[in-house]
Amino acid sequence: MAEELILLNIWASPFGMRVRIALAEKGVDGYETREENLQNMSPLLLQMNPVHKKIPVLIHNGRPVCESLIIVQYIDEVWKRGSPLLPSDPYRRAHARFWADYVDKKLYSLGKLIWLTTGEAAAKEELIGCFKLLEGELGDKTYFGGDSFGFVDVSLISFYRWFNVFEHFGNFSMVVECPKLVAWAHRCAERESVSKCLPNEQEFFDFVVELRKKAMTK
Amino acid sequence: MAKSDVKLLGAWPSPFVNRVQIALNLKSVDYEFQEEKFDNKSELLLKSNPVHKKVPVLIHNDKPICESLIIVQYLDEVWTSGPSILPSDPYDRATARFWAAYVDDKWFPLLKELRTTEGEEAKAEISKKLKEGLVLLEEAFIKCSKGKGFFGGERIGYLDIVFGSFLGWLKAVEKIAGLKLVGELVTPGLAAWAERFCSHEAVKGVIPETDRLVELAKIIQARLKAQSAPK
Repeated sequence: MAEELILLNIWASPFGMRVRIALAEKGVDGYETREENLQNMSPLLLQMNPVHKKIPVLIHNGRPVCESLIIVQYIDEVWKRGSPLLPSDPYRRAHARFWADYVDKKLYSLGKLIWLTTGEAAAKEELIGCFKLLEGELGDKTYFGGDSFGFVDVSLISFYRWFNVFEHFGNFSMVVECPKLVAWAHRCAERESVSKCLPNEQEFFDFVVELRKKAMTK
Repeated sequence: MAKSDVKLLGAWPSPFVNRVQIALNLKSVDYEFQEEKFDNKSELLLKSNPVHKKVPVLIHNDKPICESLIIVQYLDEVWTSGPSILPSDPYDRATARFWAAYVDDKWFPLLKELRTTEGEEAKAEISKKLKEGLVLLEEAFIKCSKGKGFFGGERIGYLDIVFGSFLGWLKAVEKIAGLKLVGELVTPGLAAWAERFCSHEAVKGVIPETDRLVELAKIIQARLKAQSAPK
């Protein structure tokens, strides 16, 4: 059956990046990406995600799947190629879901307190605490998934370009605070699925600086 | 499976705990329930959920599983001989997960807010948003149920459990705020579903009585006021 796959995305979005990485891990590359503008959303986006009006949205044979981690699980369940992103053991699956959920609950909102404000010490401490907790969970494993790149790796590596944004505006060094996590990030970035989905470092940083300027002048 | 192999750390008024109890009932799993106090958490809870320090926590063969949605999926994946909770089709699963996230992240926080809001105008504003959400959920119900009685179709499924676990507090908040949110006029599907869900044998006795929750809400409100009162 001819498969139709469209991804509604924004180039800088860590959430969209998760979907792209998952598809790349599964060897799925015959899909169309449409760049959205949140200030001027396409009719398709409004039709496919009327509840949240957000990206990413994966449209598979005309049917939309929304919310990045839900999309990643969907991809894992539909495309059986390659190694599964979620482990087969229920306890390890629950564990992976827990940590991906933790990344979702903490990183983005804490991160915002760092780059959207003028250096709040408490927020910085909390964010570093978050990274340290994740580093503890990683331990000496190659990936969060163990030997194979998995669900938690996908959910966290999508924030890689945010690391030096946090460092810059929070005034700390990731490699000093959590060296093992930084090593893990480099390992992930060497994977083709990740490297081809990472936005350009300088372009991304400049983009955030612009966003910050706009937000702070409001 | 021996009762002591499965332990649930919970609190009777928590809808998140209730949903795990309902799932355990659906799967006919024997378990031990440990009631946790909000202001005096047990050693076991703090050890089993050091990250969030919250209930529910399911302890299965001494291994903890946290976060209600994750626990429900875990139960579904371990006890495969019982009725399935999540649908088998990946797209239906994604849909169920989407609405579960919506209910937890968008809808329920509004309900909690309404519980403590005072002033008719403020209450009207929040209840308007809640009702808009309920219209979305009514549409979701029509799509997911495909003419049958539950979000899961003929049998109770994931979304029934996730949304249904909030029905106790929904009724309590309706009473506290003095307004009706779910009704036959605007959301007839949900109104009928709510009755059906609450009378299901896996659900009966789990969701607390409305009056008990109303009383608890009053106690919580009074405590909060006392804490923030000028000294």
